[in-house]
Amino acid sequence: MSQDARRPSGPSRRSVLAGVGGSAAAIPLMASPAEAQPGPGRQPNDAVDVSLRVNGRDHRLALDPRTTLLDALREHIGLTGSKKGCDQGQCGACTVLVEGRRVLSCLTLAAAVQGRSVTTIEGLAEGEDLHPMQTAFITHDAFQCGYCTPGQILSAVACVHEGHARDAEQVRQYMSGNLCRCGAYPKIVAAVLEAAPQMGRA
Amino acid sequence: MRPFRFRLASDRAQALAAADVPGERSAASHIGAPAQYLAGGTTLVDLMKLDVMRPEVLVDINALARQHGAIELAPDGLRLGALARMADVADHPQVRRDYPVIAQSLELAASPQLRNMASLGGNVLQRTRCNYFRDVSYEACNKRNPGSGCAAMDGVNRRLAVLGVSDACIANYPGDFAVALAALGASVDVEGRAGRRVLAFEDLHRLPGAAPHVETNLAPGELITGFSVPAGPWTRRSLYLKVRDRESYEFALASAAVALDLDGGTVRDARVGLGGVAAKPWRSAEAERVLRGRPFSEAVARQAAEAAFAGAVAHEQTRFKIELGRRTLARALAQCAAMEA
Repeated sequence: MSQDARRPSGPSRRSVLAGVGGSAAAIPLMASPAEAQPGPGRQPNDAVDVSLRVNGRDHRLALDPRTTLLDALREHIGLTGSKKGCDQGQCGACTVLVEGRRVLSCLTLAAAVQGRSVTTIEGLAEGEDLHPMQTAFITHDAFQCGYCTPGQILSAVACVHEGHARDAEQVRQYMSGNLCRCGAYPKIVAAVLEAAPQMGRA
Repeated sequence: MRPFRFRLASDRAQALAAADVPGERSAASHIGAPAQYLAGGTTLVDLMKLDVMRPEVLVDINALARQHGAIELAPDGLRLGALARMADVADHPQVRRDYPVIAQSLELAASPQLRNMASLGGNVLQRTRCNYFRDVSYEACNKRNPGSGCAAMDGVNRRLAVLGVSDACIANYPGDFAVALAALGASVDVEGRAGRRVLAFEDLHRLPGAAPHVETNLAPGELITGFSVPAGPWTRRSLYLKVRDRESYEFALASAAVALDLDGGTVRDARVGLGGVAAKPWRSAEAERVLRGRPFSEAVARQAAEAAFAGAVAHEQTRFKIELGRRTLARALAQCAAMEA
């Protein structure tokens, strides 16, 4: 079954929330000084054409150069699995793979990954078959609220591919860029260690 | 984030040309110049979101990795392209074997994601983590807003510097790799419109003095293309010790990059760098002088540490950093002397 076919046809929680957000935007909200004042002599941004291959699918976007990869994924392509936590490169919730390497999509400008291949949490499963890391996270109950989980899982997949999942200590060290405020760390470590051999490289 | 124009450079010549925008040549420093080079973006994009940096033009230099991204070991030293990523150097088997202090300084920095993103050139140019610098709601920051004062002086300054500070600024240089480069006497290759020049790494960063907003000796538009670390009998017996509030993914409260050339138990030569505690990547010639020619002992290491911090200046919350820094250096030296190299 394709991803699209699985999408519910009625209003989703997300579309309802988006609608509420849209009407709220009509009320003047606090604008950050940076956005309110473009500064003297600043021209409106020229849009940049950005081609991204996301989870094997090509996307052509015309973006404000300020658009981060995270916002391009969430707001322009509609892949909301990558999460915006701190938006400052400190929490790891926005972790995605670019050409197989884990990066923080909140500090990556979309224009700077022009033509590159991006993997998000939506691209890990093969059809209905979850990636071994996803299965291990479920088996070990390696999350509570789940907000950091997409970033944790992508980071964990990369951690294993890098060869940095030898033992619990190394996993803790090499997963330190992904914070979990629920404190599911022991279970996350157990999940990574279980999935590693199933991925063909520990 | 303020609007900017985005330009993609496919080689060095294009990058230098793309950065030659109006106002660039007359800018007071490369940091305040209207055009900025973008590699990993881990400092620049962060500070643009915070409105601390406000470039008008970003020149994406990631494609220059083809020209300036190599990691090469030669008999006369280690050569690192500025577009090599932190993670690649940290994981490089020969770097780990022959220059452990370099690999460790990178491996112990930031997070795996940030190390995949950040280029070496950008890493050495990372800006201070002083809260008053990063938060534009504070008016007083001589680094961000020249002449405005320093809110950190009587503020929350626990993480800031005790070496190389001035009356205008007590911000610390937060990085690790640069401390290893300073200790090993590296040099940095710089390309600008006027051509190529080579700086001693120690001359790349400036002390704050009366002008903390001018952080380096790079001219506007100049681009770091690589680093050279000279070989020496001390590079294999070297290490980076980092002391911090949490075990991983944290900046140094105090760190030491040390390398020793031992003849039996006697120190033939030594290289000492200090991080977390200084206004710029710090090399301690004083500590090296104490060590050179002496039979190594913990007492000698302690003397070197005393010498390294003789000129330290503390503020209310940074007093502990002087003793922490001394102990960090003494411990690093003892561990280094005990290495099998």
